[in-house]
Amino acid sequence: MGSRLCIKNEMAKITFDGIEVEVEDGTTILQAARKIGGDVVPPAMCFYTPLKGSGGKCRVCLVKVTQGSARDPRPMPKLVASCITPVQDGMVVENTTNEEVLNARKGIVEMLLINHPLDCPICDQAGECDLQNLSYEHGVSAIRYEEERRTFNKVDLGPYIQLHMTRCILCYRCVYTADQITEKRVHGVLGRGDAAEIGTYIENVIDNDFSGNVIDVCPVGALTDKTWRFKNRVWFTKPMDAHRDCPTCSGKVTLWTRGDQVLRVTARKDEYAEVEEFICNTCRFDKKEVSDWTIEGPRHIDRGSVISANHYELPVVNVPIVPNLPKSTVKKMPQE
Amino acid sequence: MGLKILTEHINVPGIETLEVYRKHGGYRSVEKALKTMTPEEVVEEVKTSGLRGRGGAGFPAGMKWSFLAKPEGVPRYLVCNADESEPGTFKDRVFMEKNPHALIEGMITSSYALGAHTSYIYIRGELLFILRILEKAIAEAYAAGLLGKNILGSGYDLDLHVAPGGGAYICGEETALLESLEGKRGNPRNKPPFPAVKGLFASPTVVNNVETIASVPWIVNNTGAEYAKIGIGRSTGTKLISASGNINRPGVYEIELGVPVEEFIYSDEYCGGIWKGKELKAVVPGGSSVPILPKDLILKTAAGEQRLMTYESLSDGGFVSGSMLGSGAFIVFDEDQCIVRNTWNYARFYHHESCGQCSPCREGTGWMEKVLHRIEYGHGHQQDIDLLVSVAKQIEGNTICPLGDAAAWPVASAIRHFREEFEWHIKHPQEATAPGAVYRGQLAAALA
Repeated sequence: MGSRLCIKNEMAKITFDGIEVEVEDGTTILQAARKIGGDVVPPAMCFYTPLKGSGGKCRVCLVKVTQGSARDPRPMPKLVASCITPVQDGMVVENTTNEEVLNARKGIVEMLLINHPLDCPICDQAGECDLQNLSYEHGVSAIRYEEERRTFNKVDLGPYIQLHMTRCILCYRCVYTADQITEKRVHGVLGRGDAAEIGTYIENVIDNDFSGNVIDVCPVGALTDKTWRFKNRVWFTKPMDAHRDCPTCSGKVTLWTRGDQVLRVTARKDEYAEVEEFICNTCRFDKKEVSDWTIEGPRHIDRGSVISANHYELPVVNVPIVPNLPKSTVKKMPQE
Repeated sequence: MGLKILTEHINVPGIETLEVYRKHGGYRSVEKALKTMTPEEVVEEVKTSGLRGRGGAGFPAGMKWSFLAKPEGVPRYLVCNADESEPGTFKDRVFMEKNPHALIEGMITSSYALGAHTSYIYIRGELLFILRILEKAIAEAYAAGLLGKNILGSGYDLDLHVAPGGGAYICGEETALLESLEGKRGNPRNKPPFPAVKGLFASPTVVNNVETIASVPWIVNNTGAEYAKIGIGRSTGTKLISASGNINRPGVYEIELGVPVEEFIYSDEYCGGIWKGKELKAVVPGGSSVPILPKDLILKTAAGEQRLMTYESLSDGGFVSGSMLGSGAFIVFDEDQCIVRNTWNYARFYHHESCGQCSPCREGTGWMEKVLHRIEYGHGHQQDIDLLVSVAKQIEGNTICPLGDAAAWPVASAIRHFREEFEWHIKHPQEATAPGAVYRGQLAAALA
């Protein structure tokens, strides 16, 4: 933000769930809500800040705009996807305070789940799965769908990545990732409707230095890391921030360790499960020894799933025991 | 006989050739517009005419044109949407097949009005034979100096291309059409930005239906004020109606907007009554995506007024007791048609055609189809009816493009108006699945 302050941008003041927030003009409603933070932030399954053009597809971030702007106070006729709708000065948005929004979201979560296998007990993503969190928070407990679920065969995408299309919610994030951070995209969306699938068309290997990032952006367990599959449950592992001198990427990662074993390496993700910096395959798949890394300290996972519960963390103290601790490890005091 | 604007010469032998077309007054509007009018004047005439988009939504064409952004140094495009694929609609196909020059004339005049120097006709993939007809006509027009550089010495340049789609219904949605035209997967785009600001190749673009564009030459020749005199209220001009179903004379009819629905069904000039003298059961007045209406509501509105073939009259009563003119695909059902089977058939279509981009439509269309399939084949439960209503509601309005609505409306409306028939299907699975079995209770009660 610091460098941006010198460019004078028009600011827009919007009211989100009764909370006023001022953001730059052109920011999306979702980003404005994230500025407020907390429970009012709409969930997002397909939008991913680092990926240009993502969003608008899953529809779980729908909100009601009850006043379009100060100039044109008419409400927007339909619910809008907050991740792609830019704010306008004087806009009034309702999310958790609007029954219509909550009902629509419930409906959409149900839609996302009807063809999902619900195989969380054997899924590697369980515990850090966006869809799991979403359905706990917004889903309904009863299933009304009694038809046959859509299934696909597992697809092998090379030595590192396993594609399990049955779990996919077609967020397109992995397609954008391959498009935007790798040189050549070999996979895409084939077919249409509920027969649409992620694939390489003719069996192909996703082979480039940054291919592993599709695993990080996947909100569900459709793309999993073969070097980690079935090794452990995510909530038994301890996340540690670490870095190494990497010639290809920044080398800043999170290690998921158990004892002195590095079970998995991922990029560092923020509270919305968005990666801070994409990492290369060497860091992700090949450096599985503690001696490969300089450990910075434990990473606080700020997300509302089981991995943030009961995990290894520094006690909350007033004076930092370790100087220059990474910011992510400082636990926020619960507000009175 | 009503006034014919689009189909006046459609049956003249050889009208598909430039020579015969010009003999019947073809390309007069090009000469008039390019030589005597400014582009703004053409736009103004179209605005005055009250011409509304004929593709289904009925948005005023002149208004759409005036929204077109005109930044310096950026090309503008006109794209003709000839991806007509809604079940029941076949008007554009007949029109282009018989009279290709009329569309090309409209394209030239409209492109001039919008300041476009490259224009496209995006034609449905299944209509490849029409693509050839159009290309032949375009070659003739190039040879005659009606396309290309310096058209008729006016200094205006225009290149016209015909591009075929791959045969997806979704590519009839304007932003999916633009994606497809750019060579990408035909997924609808998020709006805003609208095509008028950022359309084809990220440039301002207008997408219009074939019939809309083909109406422009008449407006230029005879002024917009004349055109506005045809029709009733805000439904001006004439409209091509693709009439199909159980009627004596199915086909494409050009009507002056405002013809009573009853006259359209029963008069010998149009549909000629119900086939074999049977009883009318229901009508889908604007293509498979608009709500179906039972006999009592299609002939008269809920308030008891006569229903007319206009945008306003057909949508009178909202979705509770009304429907839409849509693209003008008038599908008539007689007493022997099963509404459940028909609804399942529509749901199957939308399930097959959903692009799969956004979740409510991708999952919901499949769900509705499966439930309807179950009911139709005698495995339904009573709660399925409410389930369908609820799923339709979950899709409606929550999707990127209108395909979700188009899938939800026919199901919701069929249940709204023919709930008894669905219940009968579920209660009497054996009778209902017998060949040719149709529930007649509701109709009999309505007739009594």
